[in-house]
Amino acid sequence: MADRAVPVVEKRLMEVKLGEIGTWVGGRDFTPNGMISSVRKGYERYLNKYIHVKKGGIGGLSMVLAGYVVLSYVWSFDHIKHDRMRKYH
Amino acid sequence: MVLTLILGLFDQFFSPYFLGVPLLAIAIAAPWVLFPKPSNRVINGRSLVAQNSFVLNFAKQILLPLNVGAHKWALLLTVLMVNLITLNLLGLLPYTFTPTTQLPLNMGFAIPLWLATVVIGLRNQPTIALGHLLPEGTPAPLIPVLIIIETISLFVRPFALGVRLTANLAAGHLLIQLLSSATLFLIDQMWPVAILTGLVMALLTLLELAVAAIQAYVFVLLLSLYLQENT
Repeated sequence: MADRAVPVVEKRLMEVKLGEIGTWVGGRDFTPNGMISSVRKGYERYLNKYIHVKKGGIGGLSMVLAGYVVLSYVWSFDHIKHDRMRKYH
Repeated sequence: MVLTLILGLFDQFFSPYFLGVPLLAIAIAAPWVLFPKPSNRVINGRSLVAQNSFVLNFAKQILLPLNVGAHKWALLLTVLMVNLITLNLLGLLPYTFTPTTQLPLNMGFAIPLWLATVVIGLRNQPTIALGHLLPEGTPAPLIPVLIIIETISLFVRPFALGVRLTANLAAGHLLIQLLSSATLFLIDQMWPVAILTGLVMALLTLLELAVAAIQAYVFVLLLSLYLQENT
């Protein structure tokens, strides 16, 4: 409580309170450069946490592949839903 | 009674769209995301060490029979190999889309690269390149026929490269789909047979893993052979 107040927009996402999320999202950098840099930063954060570790295990890659599988399922659901358990395909 | 044959078997090879957005780009760009560039640390982590050693060993192996003029192709061949093997292996995950089952993509890999080897050969050493059309030691009466045959085989190479990759992968995926739907269906009707089909399916999956890797390798190997002839 003795810290100086930090503007909402500059806080990290985990420290933003739920009520401030709207302001936070509104204040983000939506220019192309900003979006690309945020994607790149997220990518490098993931790499540094799970892959560029001395004894990185199979989890680092598996999480990405599992996410890819889930995403592919979501993308193909509209096509696959016709194959549900039915008597005549 | 009208018999309707609904070919839903080839649905998995349709180019995926989601809300009108083509997802093919994501499927093709997937290998780019999965291989991070080497970091600037002195000692890298395990996965980077594995990735680097695979790439370097492969490059060394593929460049062994090629002479110095062809070493310019090192990066291209290595990238092609890594790309193809990743695309093939990713396609074995459930619900994913394999771009290498599409013939246009494989022809897009095969035709320009094959044409490049031919043009390089004809430009730098035209006599030797044309000399490849007649193998040594052919008996004299066979020469005209053999030249025609060798020319045809030269022009069939890109199609062979592309169609080989496409057919192997598409056939494998199709078999997996057929066997899995057979197993699911048989669990209700005759479950011992379902166990048998499940076993075949497990073996087939192992085969598919091998085929995915091997086909990528064969593609690059043949390309390097064509390059070797022509430099």
